[in-house]
Amino acid sequence: MSAAVEQVPARARDTRRGVPWRLVLHALPVLVILAVAIAPEPLAGAFGNGDPHRCNLGNSRGGARNGHPFGFDEQGCDLWANVVHGTRSSVLIGLLVTAAIFVIAVLLGTLAAYYRGWVDTLISRVMDIVFGFPALVGMVIVLTMLGQRSVCTVSAVLALFSWPPMTRIMRGSALAVADRDFVRAASGYGAAGLRVMVRHVVPNSIAPVLVLASLAVGSVITAESALTFLGVGLRQPAISWGVQLNAAQLTFRQHPHLLLAPALFLSITVLSFVQLGEAIRRRLHPTHGRSVR
Amino acid sequence: MNASPTGDPVLSVRDLCVEFRTPQGWAPAVSGLDFDLYANRTLAVLGESGSGKSATARAIMGVLPANGARVPRGRVAVHGADLLAMRPARRRAIRGPVVGMVFQDAQAALNPVLPVGYQIAEGCRVHRGLSRRAARARAVDLLGQVGIPRPARAASRFPHQFSGGMRQRVMIAATLALDPEVLIADEPTTALDVTVQAQILRLLLDLQQERGMSLMFITHDMGVVATVADEVLVMYAGRSAEYGPADTVLGAPGHPYTKALLASIPRPEHRGQDLPAIGGQPPELTQLGTGCAFRPRCPKATDICRVAPPAVPLQAGRHVWCHHTGDRPAEPALVS
Repeated sequence: MSAAVEQVPARARDTRRGVPWRLVLHALPVLVILAVAIAPEPLAGAFGNGDPHRCNLGNSRGGARNGHPFGFDEQGCDLWANVVHGTRSSVLIGLLVTAAIFVIAVLLGTLAAYYRGWVDTLISRVMDIVFGFPALVGMVIVLTMLGQRSVCTVSAVLALFSWPPMTRIMRGSALAVADRDFVRAASGYGAAGLRVMVRHVVPNSIAPVLVLASLAVGSVITAESALTFLGVGLRQPAISWGVQLNAAQLTFRQHPHLLLAPALFLSITVLSFVQLGEAIRRRLHPTHGRSVR
Repeated sequence: MNASPTGDPVLSVRDLCVEFRTPQGWAPAVSGLDFDLYANRTLAVLGESGSGKSATARAIMGVLPANGARVPRGRVAVHGADLLAMRPARRRAIRGPVVGMVFQDAQAALNPVLPVGYQIAEGCRVHRGLSRRAARARAVDLLGQVGIPRPARAASRFPHQFSGGMRQRVMIAATLALDPEVLIADEPTTALDVTVQAQILRLLLDLQQERGMSLMFITHDMGVVATVADEVLVMYAGRSAEYGPADTVLGAPGHPYTKALLASIPRPEHRGQDLPAIGGQPPELTQLGTGCAFRPRCPKATDICRVAPPAVPLQAGRHVWCHHTGDRPAEPALVS
C-alpha cells in the first residue's frame, strides 16, 4: 500500500500570519530610542557622569577625555549626558508632530479624494492658503503670541504649518486609487462610503504617506532646532538636540564636536524611523518588497 | 438556445445615455439604448472598441468613473424599479443583490492588499450581515464552485498569487456571492490566453444554467457570440445597430455594419488574401450628427442616412436601425 507519496512543497509563508518578526526587528532601533527617551539616566550615566546639569565652566568646549566621551559644551557640562537627555524632548516633538500631521493627512486626503466636489475644494483651498503662508514667519508669530515654549506648544505650532504637503500627497495617492475598478466595484455592489474608504482606499494609498512620515520625524526635529535658533523654540535650560545644534553652530569651526554629537544622534534616530517606515510599508503592501517569498 | 424570451424582464434598459468628459465637452458614449435581460437567457453585446459596450455595463452597475462620466437620461429598471431615479443608499441596497459584474481585468478589479476570501465575502457582510466566520465559509464555498483547487487555502491568498485565469475565477466567485439574477460579463476573457478563455466561458455558461441567471455578455469575439448568445445586440458608436435572436442576426444580418463585421471574420477560404476589413475609422464621438453613425463607412449610404435611422422591425423581436433595411431581402448567411 505504500504508493509514492506526493511531496507537497512547503507552503510559502503568509507574511501576515503569526508574529511579524521582520517588523519587530525593524522596530528594534526605534524601541531602543524610545526607551532612552523615557529613561535616559542609565545610558547617560554609562560613562560615570550622567548628570547633564553638573557643569564646570573650566571645561568649556573641552574635548573628549576619560569618562566624557563627547567632551564638554560651552557651559562645561558633559556633552554625552546632555545629548542623551536631549533625546526625550526631541523625539517627543518629532513623534507628536508627525503623528498629528499623519492623522490629518490620511483623514483629509482620503475624504477629499473619495467625495471630491465641494469637500475636495474646501480641503484643497485651505491647504493652498497654508501653503501660501510663509511657514517660518507664521510659526514665529504664533509662538511669540503664545509666549509659552513647552514641548506641547512647539509641537502644535509645527503641526499647524506642516500638514499640507503630506495631505496633498495622500489626496493624490487616494485619487489614483479611488477610480480603480475594485473601489468602484465595492461601491457599485453596495458597500457604504466609510467601508470603502477604510478597507479599499486607505490601505492602497497610504504607502507614500507612511514613507513621508518616517522621514518627517527627522525633519521635524531639525525644524524645532530652527525655531530655537530664531529664539522661539525650546530654550535652555530645556535640553533638546535643537538647542544643542543651535548652540553649536556659532563655534563649530573651532569645536566641531559640539555639532557632531547631537547630529550623530539625530541621524541615528532618523535612520531608525525610516527603517520602521519601510518595514511597515512592506507589510501593508504584500506585493511589494522582499517580504513575499 | 431557447425559442424566445418569456415573462417579465429582470432588467430593462430604456433610452440609456452615457456621456464622457472630453476636452471638447461631453461626448455621447452611449445614446438612446434600449434592451431587456430575461432570466435564464444570454444577451451578447457586440461591437468594436469605443462602441459603448463597457460604458453601458458600467452605467448599469454604477461603476462609471466618478468625475469623468455622467448619465444624462435613461432608465435602468430592476423588476420595474428604476435604479437611476433612486436615492444612492437605496440604489446600493437593490443593485448589489440583483446585478453582478465580471470585469475585463480581474487584476484591477480586486483589491491587491486584501485576501481574496475577504473580498468575495464582503458583499455578503454588507448586505446580509454575515459574521466574519460565516462570510469566510461562504467565500470558500464559492471558490470551490468556480473550480479553484483547495478553496480553503486559496481564500487567504492575495490576488497577485493567482494566475490570470484563476484570478478571473476569483472575480466570478466575488460576483456570485450575493446570488445575482443578472450577471454582466464585460469581455471577461479578453485578458486571458485562448485555452483559458474557453474554460472561463464554459464556467460562466454552466453557472448561468445552474442558477438560471440572466447573462449579459459583452464581447467583440464573433466566435464567442455564436456559442453563447440567445439574443444579440450590435452596437456602433454608442447606438444600437441591430437587435434580435442570435441565429437570425448572425445568419442573416440586416444592418450593413453587422454584415461587414461578420465578413471580417478570418476564414480558411481567405488564406493568402488580405483580411476583409471595414474601411475608414469609427467616428469621433464629439462630432456625431443626428444621422446614421455608420454612414461614412457604409456601402449603402444615401442622402436619407443623414436622418436618424428608425428601428425597423424585421421579424418578431428583431430590429434593425437602418433606412435601407426594407430595400432588399435579407442576404444569405455569411456564417455557416
